Amino acid sequence: MNTPRYYVPQRSHWPILGAFAVFLTLFSMASIIHENSHSQVSMFSVATAVVAGFLMLYMLFGWFSEVVNEGLRGLNSEQLKRSFRISMGWFIFSEVMFFAGFFGALFYARTFSVPWIGGEGAKGVSGMLWQGFSAHWPLMKTPDMTQFQGPMGIIDAWKLPFINTVLLIASSFTLTFAHHHLRSENKAKTLFWLKITLLLGAAFLVVQVAEYGHAINDLNLTVSSGIYGSTFYMLTGFHGAHVTLGAIMIFVMYRRVDNGHFTPDDHFGFEAAAWYWHFVDVVWLMLFTFVYVL
Amino acid sequence: MSQEGVLQGGGAVADDEHHHGPDKGILRWVYTTNHKDIGTMYLLLALGSLLIGGCMAFVIRAELFQPGLQLVDPNFFNQMTTMHGLIMVFGAIMPAFVGLANWLIPMMIGAPDMALPRINNWSFWLLPFAFTMLLSTFFMDGGAPNFGWTFYAPLSTTYAPPSVTFFIFAIHIMGISSVMGAVNVIVTIFNMRAPGMTFMKMPLFVWTWLITAFLLIAVMPVLAGVVTMMLMDIHFGASFFDAAGGGDPVLFQHVFWFFGHPEVYIMILPAFGIVSHIISTFSRKPLFGYTSMVFATSSIAILSFIVWAHHMFTVGIPLVGELFFMYSTMLIAVPTGVKVFNWVTTMFRGSMTFETPMLFSIAFVVLFTIGGLSGLMLAVAPADFQYHDTYFVVAHFHYVLVPGALFSILAAVYYWLPKWCGRMYNEALGKWHFWLSFIGVNLTFFPMHFVGLAGMPRRIPDYALQFADFNAIVSVGAVVFGLSQLLFIYNVWRTTLGQKGVKASDLVWDQPVGLEWTALPSPVPYHTFQTPPKVD
Repeated sequence: MNTPRYYVPQRSHWPILGAFAVFLTLFSMASIIHENSHSQVSMFSVATAVVAGFLMLYMLFGWFSEVVNEGLRGLNSEQLKRSFRISMGWFIFSEVMFFAGFFGALFYARTFSVPWIGGEGAKGVSGMLWQGFSAHWPLMKTPDMTQFQGPMGIIDAWKLPFINTVLLIASSFTLTFAHHHLRSENKAKTLFWLKITLLLGAAFLVVQVAEYGHAINDLNLTVSSGIYGSTFYMLTGFHGAHVTLGAIMIFVMYRRVDNGHFTPDDHFGFEAAAWYWHFVDVVWLMLFTFVYVL
Repeated sequence: MSQEGVLQGGGAVADDEHHHGPDKGILRWVYTTNHKDIGTMYLLLALGSLLIGGCMAFVIRAELFQPGLQLVDPNFFNQMTTMHGLIMVFGAIMPAFVGLANWLIPMMIGAPDMALPRINNWSFWLLPFAFTMLLSTFFMDGGAPNFGWTFYAPLSTTYAPPSVTFFIFAIHIMGISSVMGAVNVIVTIFNMRAPGMTFMKMPLFVWTWLITAFLLIAVMPVLAGVVTMMLMDIHFGASFFDAAGGGDPVLFQHVFWFFGHPEVYIMILPAFGIVSHIISTFSRKPLFGYTSMVFATSSIAILSFIVWAHHMFTVGIPLVGELFFMYSTMLIAVPTGVKVFNWVTTMFRGSMTFETPMLFSIAFVVLFTIGGLSGLMLAVAPADFQYHDTYFVVAHFHYVLVPGALFSILAAVYYWLPKWCGRMYNEALGKWHFWLSFIGVNLTFFPMHFVGLAGMPRRIPDYALQFADFNAIVSVGAVVFGLSQLLFIYNVWRTTLGQKGVKASDLVWDQPVGLEWTALPSPVPYHTFQTPPKVD
């Protein structure tokens, strides 16, 4: 009988380095934020953050390179490739739930807390705290304008955000074109469409930064301008960070396609980056609908 | 992130590239990708946390031994209750279950190791760093977090000690660890089962952990979200939890408990799996109602997402909310009742013997049911107005977590230890440990029901005179319970490192069911399965 032998993994120094890098990064971030609020940011914390950043990059680069090289040497079995795919799917699910928390906060504020502060509902006590406060969404006048100065205006959904919607949806299509060309082994066209995808992603980020500039400078819409600003920046900010991460992934895939790492039926790295990019796209559609339009 | 992983399952690699035994020295533990090494480290971390968190409980009970303020000042008392809760939940119970998952899941499904061994090591090693960060807050200005383990805003935002920032980032690290660990468990179960090990043949511990892992991936990111909102409120002027800016402190509670209630089941579902194995073995009968166990566990998990506001009945939510969350919470009693019924029916007319794991499991069924029933009382919204934030609540959740989750962990260690290390633990010591724990745990937590119903509030270092007698009893019980755990540590130490105790047979117990008994020798070799086992 033919019984396949299991492969037994070898030890690795990347995880402990990874744990230390994550610790150092978050500890130095906490120190900087803490010192910024309570005294002054110390050189020590900044230096630690820089060291932690380099350590993080070294770890990510080293660990991923090792995994990529194992793949190139043909060490990955079909079973392992399946493991990678399943785990990427569940990782994206965890990201979905991360955003779900912030969307939940947005819906709660719009549906419950702001109307309640305005005196709606059976409890009715909150109307006594800030008399004269009337509930509207977007919340331009906060209950306590001295503590949280409301924004003077909000971003027009059909200007910059609409451009961004077009950019990001287009980038999902161009990435799919690249994927099709990868499958039909047309390297030049794969690279071309990846390049377009990256450009669209970068354009998205530029527009987003411009939008933030407009919001802060012209509209006084900041994270501290009440619950509207808080949810606005939390959602768009984390989305922007995810676009950045996705763009880095696609850049890495560009290099890997260029180096001939992928075959038409074996390109998990590419697929993972593509899934991530589409996920970020879907989050944006939710954002566009619930943060900007409605 | 999940692209990293490691190789297995292929036949292409030559044998001599394998490590056949553990490496020597400390690096074995630091660099390991072996599920048993990692499982051991998780269990040791949990034990360490249990001792640290236990010392904090001792401080609490010493202060509450008599009415009046005598030993610690109220702020430090608050730090103790907060850190005791955090350490026990995130440092003791959760890592202990992950450690058991690491040891047992590959053995039970016929896999060589976890699916992503390097991620596995990473998930573990994040935790010592996270807890170093959390404990370091004791030495910071203003002391450690003092706002309760539920860290309600604005106690944890406006009125928090400055160390809260480090608490937030420590939670982030624990979250990364949990999510990665849970992804690993799910992938292992989905993809690494031996041929023939279909889903409905999987041992219940594997089933309950599969569902637990799903809950972890679904709610740990929400916890990360809520601490991030806290961070924004504290340092960047956001107003998520500040009504002056249109937010709501109650929003914190909603988001926290959306994480928190599934979290409660994360800490109990693997326990259900463990006692199902043990009760079946020592009743010498197959588990009654395997299929209904699987469905009951799944229903509990699904219901756990729609009951969170039963923690918030007194906060001022609309009447329709009170009703919805009251009835949905009561629904959970149905699948839980199915489980208790199945355990009891498994024992019914079985040829029962009462070795230590069985004693802990029977105590689990009885005492967990008490905790479940007091939970049902708390689920009644109008009654909860009386019980809320009293010692009745403390009694309730300690009954489900200590003689519930913790007893199941102890039972699991006694049950599988002979398989892990090849030697039997000392049965007499084990029985002493059980009976002292059983008496201690009831002495500690049962009187809390009475003082709670009589109105003693939780998290207060002083209390009215009429509660004095019961509190003295509770403190004595806590000492009995706490110190009796030293018997457990000694017993495990003498069996493993001390190499005492008779050698265990491969089956260990009388006709136990499962690959870990029938397909593997005792002790289990360093690399679990070199070839897929046969599953009938």
